[in-house]
Amino acid sequence: MLGDYALPGDKQELRENLGLDRPILVQYGDYLTGIVQGDLGISIHSKRAVTEEIWERIPASAELMMGAMVVALLIAFPFGILSALKPYGILDSTSMLVSFLGVAMPNFWLGPLLIILFSIQLDWLPINERGGLEHLILPSITLGTAMAAMLSRMIRSSLLEVLGEDYVLNARAKGLPERQVILKHALRNALIPVITVIGLQIGVLLSGAIITEAIFDWPGMGSLLLDGIYNRNYPLVQGCILTIASIYVIVNLITDITYAWVDPRVRLS
Amino acid sequence: MTMFRNKWTYLGLVIIILFILCAILAPWIAPEDPYKINLVQELAPPGEGHIMGRDINGSDILSRLIYGARISITIGLVVVLISSFVGILLGLISGYYGGWIDLLLMRLVDILLAFPGLLLAIALVAVLGPSITNVVIALTALGWVSFARLVRGQVISVKEREYVLAAKTSGQSDIRVMVLHILPNIVSTVIVQATFNIAGVIISESSLSFLGLGAPPGTPSWGAMLSEGKQVILDAPHVSFFPGLAILLVVLAFNFVGDGLRDKFDPKTGRE
Repeated sequence: MLGDYALPGDKQELRENLGLDRPILVQYGDYLTGIVQGDLGISIHSKRAVTEEIWERIPASAELMMGAMVVALLIAFPFGILSALKPYGILDSTSMLVSFLGVAMPNFWLGPLLIILFSIQLDWLPINERGGLEHLILPSITLGTAMAAMLSRMIRSSLLEVLGEDYVLNARAKGLPERQVILKHALRNALIPVITVIGLQIGVLLSGAIITEAIFDWPGMGSLLLDGIYNRNYPLVQGCILTIASIYVIVNLITDITYAWVDPRVRLS
Repeated sequence: MTMFRNKWTYLGLVIIILFILCAILAPWIAPEDPYKINLVQELAPPGEGHIMGRDINGSDILSRLIYGARISITIGLVVVLISSFVGILLGLISGYYGGWIDLLLMRLVDILLAFPGLLLAIALVAVLGPSITNVVIALTALGWVSFARLVRGQVISVKEREYVLAAKTSGQSDIRVMVLHILPNIVSTVIVQATFNIAGVIISESSLSFLGLGAPPGTPSWGAMLSEGKQVILDAPHVSFFPGLAILLVVLAFNFVGDGLRDKFDPKTGRE
């Protein structure tokens, strides 16, 4: 921070300013006390509060996550349901192959490929940075594809299992239209395991977002974390990781609660 | 009589063999020195003399890909070998003895598995500083967990079988029972897991290098090459294209082989 030729006095002053001259346990104690009070320390380079810097980035990160989620659900549900209705048919085999590719495809390659196709060759969509909805499309697809692939297989197998149950047979025997049997009776029950997977996948989205943000120069928490790592801005790095991890824990908690809400059997037991 | 039921497994095997050959024979089969700077032909598109084109420094992308195979396979194998060894050891102890040591180890496993691996890897590398060695350390520190959990579960299901009890009652030492009687029965599951893990490690290493947290700039690591390609994607999309294709093929190949091995060792589970 001071360069290689800093004077000893300046070094000493900086150490005192950053609190590095105190015993390590005291520093740690202060840090923990700070966290409890919602203070993540001061970002070394900008001299601003870490919480403030993170807070600014949250809207962009949230936007990207929501976009990816929408993409994943929009792809996964139609494909999952249609595959389950005709297992081993053409659509099912195709979606299986595509989802195999979707899982194996690293998103730091999918992103550039989408840019090459839609921004350079076809010139339909903008490349970088945040802006209107058209800026959100490519990053969302990049981040959401792996989740869509996994989720559509999950919906398929879960729905297939439920379709063999007696209450589905009963619904059909009552003469309900097939559409209603699938959407109302079968899909609702099939959703239970799917919700868990969505919750768990959010963790994958959180770490995938770091890469996606790097590809598209997206000003979210992931790029903030990377900047912090490159500049050895440790308070910032700690703050970002702590925030991302907390979001993950909270999302898992919400998933568990939703789970009980969707499935009364869990609530009763 | 065929060895594998699924033809994809053979495709995977072929790709893996080619990939390993590339890594071993790199100095002999690479058309050029991967570090050779040739600014006259900077970013040349695929064409004669360079079928995959040239990168920012005018280096031949094919040659860099071939050398990059060395980095990917070395990191993949080193990480999986060390982490499977540690995981097997801890899993055996945890499953065999149970009690407080099992409780302690499995809580640690739960904590590590609770978070997305890449996030932890990024956090670890952030602390240790970006370098290939630290990538190996970070991925190993996280990799043993899945093996420990797997082995522990298998040990618990195997240790009550008659042949293990027979070995114990005949007075054999704990270590002998674990190594000679339990381990051979779970080794196939570990091999399947290891195959999938190699694919995972290769992706993680490329991701970290892509983010600038792994191989230093200029190294022919596939992830780092993609990151360089991103900077010139408007002028030279081919720089991004080929390294990504290589990663995809190798990862798919390990997944195919993993699937094939799983079907072979345990015909009951099959595809989910």
